[in-house]
This record gives sequence, structure tokens and C-alpha cells, in this order.
Amino acid sequence: MNRLKSLLISWEALLVVLLLISIFIGSVASPYFLSGFNFYALTSNTMEIAIMALPMTLIIIAGEIDLSVGSMLGLSSVVLGLLWESGHPMWLAIAVALLVGLAGGYLNGVLVTKLALPSLVITIGTLALYRGLAFVVLGDQAVSDFPTSFTNLGFGSLPGTEIPWSLLIFAVLAVVFGIVLHISRWGRQIYAMGNNKEAARFSGINVSRVKLVLFMLSGLIAALAGVIFTARLSSARPDNAIGFELYVVTVVLLGGVNIFGGRGSLLGVVLAIFIVAIVQNVLGLKNISGDIQSLAIGLLLIMSVLGPNVARRIQVVIARRRLVAGSS
Amino acid sequence: MTTTSQDVERARQHEQVSQSRLYRLINRVRELGLLVVLLLIILFMGIQAPRFLSIDNFEQILLSIAILVIVAVGETLVVLTRNVDLSVGSMVGVTAFVTAYFFKQLPDVNLLLGILLGCGLGLALGIINGLIVSYGRVPAIVATLGTLYAYRGLVFVFAANTTTQVNASDVPSSYLALATTQIFGIPALILIAAAIAIIVGYYLHASPTGRQLYAIGSNPEAASIIGIRKDWLVFATFAASGLLCGLAGVLWGARFATVDATDATGLELQVIAAVVVGGVNIFGGSGTILGAVLGAVVLGTLQNALNILNISQFWLQAIYGAAILIAVILDAFITRWLQRTILSRRKKA
Amino acid sequence: MTQPQDPIVALNEIAKQFGGVQALKGVDFSLFPGEVHALVGENGAGKSTLVKILAGIYRPDAGVMKVGGEVVELRSPTQAQNLGIAVVQQEPMMFPDLDVSENVFMGRHPRDPFGRVDWKRMYREVDQLLASLDVSLSSHAPVQGLSVAEQQLVEISKALSLQARVLVLDEPTAALSAHEVDELFAIVRQLRERGVAILFVSHRLEEVFMIADRLTVFRDGAHIITAPVSEMSTEEIIRHMVGRELSNLFPKGTTEIGAVVLEVRHLTRPGVFSDVSFALHQGEILGLAGLVGAGRTEVAQVLFGIDHAEGGEILLKGKKVHIRSPQQAMEYGIAYVPEDRHLHGLVMNFSIAANVTLAILNQVSRLGLVDPRRERRIAGEYSSQLSVRSEGVEQLVNALSGGNQQKVVLGKWLATNPSVLILDEPTRGIDVGAKAEVHRIISDLAAKGLAIILISSELPEVLAMADRVVVLHEGRITGTFSRSEATQERVMFAATGQEG
Repeated sequence: MNRLKSLLISWEALLVVLLLISIFIGSVASPYFLSGFNFYALTSNTMEIAIMALPMTLIIIAGEIDLSVGSMLGLSSVVLGLLWESGHPMWLAIAVALLVGLAGGYLNGVLVTKLALPSLVITIGTLALYRGLAFVVLGDQAVSDFPTSFTNLGFGSLPGTEIPWSLLIFAVLAVVFGIVLHISRWGRQIYAMGNNKEAARFSGINVSRVKLVLFMLSGLIAALAGVIFTARLSSARPDNAIGFELYVVTVVLLGGVNIFGGRGSLLGVVLAIFIVAIVQNVLGLKNISGDIQSLAIGLLLIMSVLGPNVARRIQVVIARRRLVAGSS
Repeated sequence: MTTTSQDVERARQHEQVSQSRLYRLINRVRELGLLVVLLLIILFMGIQAPRFLSIDNFEQILLSIAILVIVAVGETLVVLTRNVDLSVGSMVGVTAFVTAYFFKQLPDVNLLLGILLGCGLGLALGIINGLIVSYGRVPAIVATLGTLYAYRGLVFVFAANTTTQVNASDVPSSYLALATTQIFGIPALILIAAAIAIIVGYYLHASPTGRQLYAIGSNPEAASIIGIRKDWLVFATFAASGLLCGLAGVLWGARFATVDATDATGLELQVIAAVVVGGVNIFGGSGTILGAVLGAVVLGTLQNALNILNISQFWLQAIYGAAILIAVILDAFITRWLQRTILSRRKKA
Repeated sequence: MTQPQDPIVALNEIAKQFGGVQALKGVDFSLFPGEVHALVGENGAGKSTLVKILAGIYRPDAGVMKVGGEVVELRSPTQAQNLGIAVVQQEPMMFPDLDVSENVFMGRHPRDPFGRVDWKRMYREVDQLLASLDVSLSSHAPVQGLSVAEQQLVEISKALSLQARVLVLDEPTAALSAHEVDELFAIVRQLRERGVAILFVSHRLEEVFMIADRLTVFRDGAHIITAPVSEMSTEEIIRHMVGRELSNLFPKGTTEIGAVVLEVRHLTRPGVFSDVSFALHQGEILGLAGLVGAGRTEVAQVLFGIDHAEGGEILLKGKKVHIRSPQQAMEYGIAYVPEDRHLHGLVMNFSIAANVTLAILNQVSRLGLVDPRRERRIAGEYSSQLSVRSEGVEQLVNALSGGNQQKVVLGKWLATNPSVLILDEPTRGIDVGAKAEVHRIISDLAAKGLAIILISSELPEVLAMADRVVVLHEGRITGTFSRSEATQERVMFAATGQEG
């Protein structure tokens, strides 16, 4: 009975409720909300962020952070565009873009694990460095002449449905990452090191290697997101996805992952992604400016930590009163 | 030959004094290093493009970083206590827009009122940050990430009901003059930034409360145990950051004249770069305003140099990033090297 | 020294309990101005608890505390400080980014008439303080690079600047060189002249004889004796420290000792331990005795790959090995149950099952995926084998008692099927009943052929369990005893540095 209770009042349960509420509000707010086309618009817009949130979840649970993902998205997008424009085959362009992501992640990982430098500062530095390289590579031009076979990846959907390809990619990745985090032994290691780095080390876990791999994964996935983004917008520009990293971190934190590491679930993050996507979508349907949505997101983020804190304080106060009352 | 106790005493005092000098030098390593870097750039540029060395150009550099410096001063206060304020860009953007809009709607109003409005708004936003972090116990990085979005959103709420852009022609010239006035031949903007840097820098050095900020960042637990009012002081630093962002916003509107709701997006990156390069430890407890200012100057000079050398401005971001990485890596190596040499030096003594 | 005056600190019937363990059982204690009073006792005797109560960190469950003749109830360290009680912990709490002077004066900076920090006066005062202590430390020195000895000096300077009437030194010499100890004692003598009451908590009897006027012995949380140092001999003191009936709590059976499994030759880590050599046989329990700071844990951590030795060699079954990481150590069949189960032993937010399998994840996984049934089974096996009392293997370990937590750690390492098991203070902080169980388990393991190194500061435990006892003192081996040769007095002698 205790387990059921703890399940019911868990953060994920709260998110499920919020998700249902937001779907309800959406259907009431706009007649277009429940249409297939809207589903398509809603999801395809956020899939890049969704995909990047997956490795970010693992990294934050492991006790680190990667703020360079948005810039890596931009950089890989630009590399892709450049290679395509200069006549190389698409598969090569994509492969190199992904490799760039891997390399960028490797740099992050080495600086954090081998040199023991704080990931917050390092990834702020690489955030600027990778974005800067993107500008160096492409300047203020844009590459927009992409074949439809490619752009279909971004804004095409499964034939006969309104399910975008990118959603399928996300679904597959989400399942994989979910399995890794919650069932595989690497996930166990990640939770261990996020909770108690020393105990993990003393248990024979190679903390450095795991973190290095996580950063490389994050870079790779960011590059993948870059490929999808480029396909969707049919445009490779150096300023693609500026600010995305904060969005990704927000979604992960909203999903119940503790910023200090050791706690959180992928399910929570997935739910948070859809809640945010719906909120954005509904506001958009009501013609509310895209940036006012920031207000809602920001408030959600703050409340997600503030709320439980305040609730806990109130609990303590009540418990203390009860103790005093009981003893008198 | 016997040595008297006086000789021993004198020798010991001499040792103490030379050690003190060594230590004071070590504390200044970062600032000195930045000055050296600055000199190198100046030297290099002097050879490559002599027009870099003009007074006009130096003035340009200082003007370009004046507003950044004002924000960096506030950020330094926050970072010293082992926190971070990511919402500075949004706070500057909000106050810039609101102030400019205010002047547009009420062109005959007293200039001072508008300035107070901007600063007051910034202070209010900073107070909210402080409440969330200090009393809501929300980690600073999460809280200010949230307010980064929330405040930016506020501008748009505000702007949506009006126009999203305020033009130079919309505002009174007295407002714009804030950015262009000169006092004794030096732009007021630079003087304001310098004054703020000097005042806050002095405060951090001379005020017991300022010293307590360092203690909080160096060892928050120990600070609480000895009775330092940690919550209140951290709250105050966020409020101060907000206030300074407010002032920066007012000046931003005056300087850039055309203001829309997206202004100052991404400013937080530049501020953190200046602060990190300037030697302020991201984990708190050490760093100076002078360092942060020099960090901003070095970065501003680099930007100016790129401009003059006709190197694409697109290298700028990459250079910012590389500068942060190099600064942090160097810091780590130097600290470890210093510890090893100081340790061995004293073991010999 | 006569004491016609009143004590500056007087404790009466002070008791303190921690989760079922009685750390202090109604002790009386008093401290007079102008005396150096030594407090001795083994680990767990209650010394630290007493110090923390004086410092205002703990509040006693019972008893009365008087400072300067008035009854007080200390609620915070600041209050203790205001009453003139200064405590120098074993690991001083400093502001590493600031210099010595600011560490001394933080929160009470000297001010000039304008309210600004008077730097000149601050440095001058600290210089004077340091000079009065006859120390060559600079008032400008950054605390970060300071040695423990120097940090202690900073704390003492702080105490002086606070006009402390009572100075508590908690194991101050544990990390000091002989020279630094001399310097410290010179300062202590000075302070005594000034009328400060000094409480000197220490294991090291030779130092007690050097510096203390009176001494008090605690044992198992109780006050045993207080007497002038001049009237006591080392043997008497040790007898009071350990003098208990060695009852039959630990049923160690006789085992056949087999071949050499692990050999350590001239192992050295400069500044930590030197020239450590011993051999470990199958089925043997080798007791590694000594005081805190003797270097035993450090030796163990080198064997487990956490640290590296700079000299000497390690041989496993006759072959020389280099152990570079815990993973490698585990591959060689070495397991290490750490001293601090909270810090290194367990992930507190994990379940019993998750903790037990943390070191053998590859064994409970198929194709990389953890098999929850296999995990539960293994955890269940070890749980019942070790009699872990819980609501099931899914229960979080932070809900368990100390004894059961320790068993979980033990289970975790037994699950790795080691050939060498290193136990570092395995029964620390657990109650008597659980202790006996753990001892039974250790005996059984030895009987099954496991080679065990038992690091323990509890003499009865070492004497009852070990087939051989190796004693370390300040990183050097000062005694080796067979089971029949080892007595409490002999071991304690060697542990406190007296040879022979």
C-alpha cells in the first residue's frame, strides 16, 4: 500500500495530471487543438529539443551539465549545409556532421573528467566556442537548397498519418535511453555516481569513463538534432537554435530531475516535454506571441522547485506543531 | 660567532615580510596576467595597425564595454557568494524597453523619473531573484534560468499591448543625451561605469560586510556557524545585481536608441565570460571587481582588434569561448602549480 | 598545581545517546584555569562527544553544564564562543580563499572610525598574535596552502583574539611532525601561564606526559579516573583505558591457515606510511591495529587501488601486481569494506538490493540489462546470510540501523567473491548485538578460506578475532604479535609508539 501511495504522489504522477489538464485546456481553448494537423505541428516543433533532452537527463542525473548542446546543433547544421553546398553527397554530409558532434562532446568530456574542471563553466565556454565556429564556417549566409528526400526527414511524416518522422526518431531514442537509464547497468552506475561519487568510485565504477561517454553522446545527439532541424527548416544557418540549451535544461528540470544529480526519471522528462509542447502550442493557437510562452515556461520551472520546497516547509511546521501539541 | 636572539627575531621578521610580499603578489596574479595580455594585444596591434593606438579608439573600446561592466559588477557580487545570476540579460532587456517606452509615452517628464523607474524595476526583479534563491531555497542556477525566461516573457506581455519597438525619434533627446554627454571630454557612460566599478570594488575591500561575501562563497557552512547572515546577504547581492541591471538597461536604451523586446538577449554569456576571464572563481570566495573589469576590457579590446584587422566578426564568439576555456584551464593549472611550489617552499624553510 | 579556585567548566552527569548507542553515560568532568588537562581513551570512549558538547555542537540528553560558575545550556557554537570556549578541531574549518588574518577575524574585522575594515590594524594584531606564539607564519598567507599544523595555529590565534578562557584541542597532534608538536606545546605552555584552561584530547601518552598537568580516562562512555599526571604511569593509564573483561562475545573457531595469498613488501607512501611489510594467508585474519592516523586505512586504500604507493611492491599469489584502480583490485580478487559507510560504502538513496549488487552489476545483468529477479535473489541471499533486519531488499538503506547498514556493505563485497577481504573498522558505530553477529560472520568467512585483513581501533575486537596482529604507529610497523603473544597492553604500547 505504501508503494502505491508513493507512486501516486510522485512527481511523475503530478506530471501526468498536468499533461491531462493541459490537453483538456487545449481542447477547450481552441477547436483546432485536437486535429491531426495540430498534433503534427505541436510535436514537430519540439522534437529537436526533445531529443537533446534525453542525454541531458543522463548527464544531469550523473551530476554534471552540458550547456553547449544548442551551439552544437548550430555547428552541425552549418557543417551539413557547407558540405552539401560544396557538392558532397548527403550521406557524407550527415556523417561528418554527426562526427563533429561526437568530437565536440569528446572535448567537453575530456576537460571535465581528465582535467577535473567544472562542467558548468566548461560547457559555457564550449557553448560560445562551437557557436563561434559555426559563424566562422558559414558567416552570415545560409544554405537552403536541400533535396526533398532530406527535408522530408524533418517535416515529413509517416505516410498516411500526421506523425512526423522526427517523432518516431524521438520515440525510438526515448525508449533506448529509458532502457539505459532505468534498466541497464550503466543507468545504475549513473544514479550511483550522481548520488555519491565517492561510493561509486569505491565500488569499482569508472566514473570518468562513464561521464566521458555521456558527454560524447550528448554531442552526437545534438548533432542529430541539428540534422533534423536543418531538414525541417530547410535551412542551415549559424544562428540556428540559439538559446536551445536553456530550453533543454528547463524541460529536464521540469521533468523532476534534481539539478544536483542522483534523482529523476526519463518518463518525467518525456511528460514534461509534451506538457511544454502543448502549452506552447495552445498559446500559439491563441495567437499569443512565441516569447510570452517564455513567461509561462520560466514560471513553471521556478514553481517546479519552489513548490516542493514550500510544501516541505509547511509539512515540517505542521509536524512540529503536532509534536508540541501531542507532548503537552 | 653566536647569533643573538635579536638576530633570530630580525631574521624571522624579515622572513615574514618577504613572505607577505610574495603572498600579496600571488593574490594579484590574475590581474597582472590580464594586464600582460592586454599589453601584448596593444603591442601587436600597434605594429599591425597603428590606428588602433589612438585615443579615439581606446574611447571606443571603453564605450563598447561600459554597460557590460556595470552588469558584470553585479554578477561578480552574486558569483562571489557561490551563486550565479543567469537572468541579467533579461533584466537589462526589460528595463531598457520599459524605460524607453516610458520616455516615449511621456516625453516631457523629468529625466530623473525615468531613470529611477528603470533602476527601480531592475531592483524589483533582483529582489524577486533573491527571494526565490535565499528564502525559497531554489538553487540559483535553476531560479535565474527560470527568471531569464519569465522576465523576457514579461517584456513581451508588455510589448504586445503596445508596439514592439521604440525608435530614436520617439524618445526625448535628453534621454539619448545620457549616452553621448561628455564630462571633461570623457563620455559620461564610461565615467558612470568607472564610478560604479570603483565604488563597489572599494566596498568589497573596505567593508566588513563585503568581506563576509567572500566568506560565504569560500565556506558557506563555516560562514553560517560563525554567525554571518548568509540568507540576507545572498538576497542582497541578487537585489544589487538587479539594481545594476536596471541602471544598465536605462543606459542601454539611451545608447542604442532603437529598442525592442529582444534587446540584450544573450548578454549573460558575455557577462559570465568577462567575470570568468577576469579571475572570479565560479565557485565563489575569490575574485575582484578589478579583475572582472579587466576581463571585460580584454574581451572588448579583442573585439575591437578583430574589427580593425578586418577579421570577420564571426570569429568573435569563438574567441569568447576559447577565452573562457583557456582562462579556466590556466586557472586550474596555476592553482595546482602554486600549491605545489608554495608547499615545497615552506617545507624548505 | 593546587586548585583553590573554582573550575572554569564543570560538567555533571552529562549523558548523550546516538540512536541506541550510549556515547556518554553520566560523566562528571571539570576544567580549571591555568591547567593542561588531558582526556584519553580509546576510539568510541566518548572523547569526541564531550568535545562537541563543549563546543555547543551537540546538546546533552541529561546533566548540567556550568561555565564560569553559572549554569548554561549551549545551543550553538556561537554561544560557546561567546562564553569563551574555543575548540580546535582535528580538521579546522577554514575559509580557504582568504588569508590567515581574515580567517582569524572574519565577522569581527577591526574597524577604523569610518566603519571601514582597518587592514593595517588587523595584520598588525595578527602579526602580534603570531609573534606571541613564536610562530613564523605570515599574516598574509593564503589559508589554502597551509598545512594542518598551520591551520591549527590560525584557529589558536583566533581563540586568543576571542579572549578564550577555555581552549579545547581535539587530537591536535595527529597530523603534525615532531617539530611541529614541539612548537605547539610551547604555545600551550604559554597559554597555561596566561591562565587559559586547556583540554588536550589525545591518544598519545608520551605527549600527555610531556604537557599535561592532570589527566582523565574515559572508557565506553564512562568516566574512569581523574588524577595528576605525575601520579600515573603509562601501564596504569593503559590499564584504565582498556581494563575490561574480555568476555566470550566473539566465538572465533580455529581455522587451518593456508598458503600465502597476499604479500606486501616495503610499501611506502612518503608522508603517509613507510616500509610496511606483511604476508596474508588463506583462512587467516590479520589484525591491523593502531591509533587513528597511524596509516592503516591508507595502506588498505593502496591495496585497493584508490591511491598508489611510491615504493615497495605488492604480490598476489607470488606474482607482482600493479593495482591502479578499484576495478583492477576487484579483478585481482581484493575487496575493501570502507571505514565510512556513508561516504564510501553505500549509496544512501538506493535500496538494499541496489547497494548489494553495485559492485557486481555485470553479474546480475544479461546483455547489459539488470535482471531484477537475479538482483533480488542475490541480495536476498546475502541479506539472510548476514541476518540483515529489514522490510525486504527493496527497502532504502538509509532507513536501516547502523548495524544493518554495515551488513549490507559487507554483503556487497562478499558478493564479489573475493580472495582477500579488507575490513576497515567494520563494527564502528553499531550496537553490541550487531557487533557480535558481524564477528561471527567474519569468523565463518575465515573458516571458508577467505584471507582477511581486519583494521580496527578496538582492542578487544582485534585480540579476539585476529590470528596475528600487526601494529602501526605513524606509518611504521611497531609490533607484530601472534595470537598468543598479543595482549591489550602490548598492543596499546606498540600503538602509542613505545617499542618492545
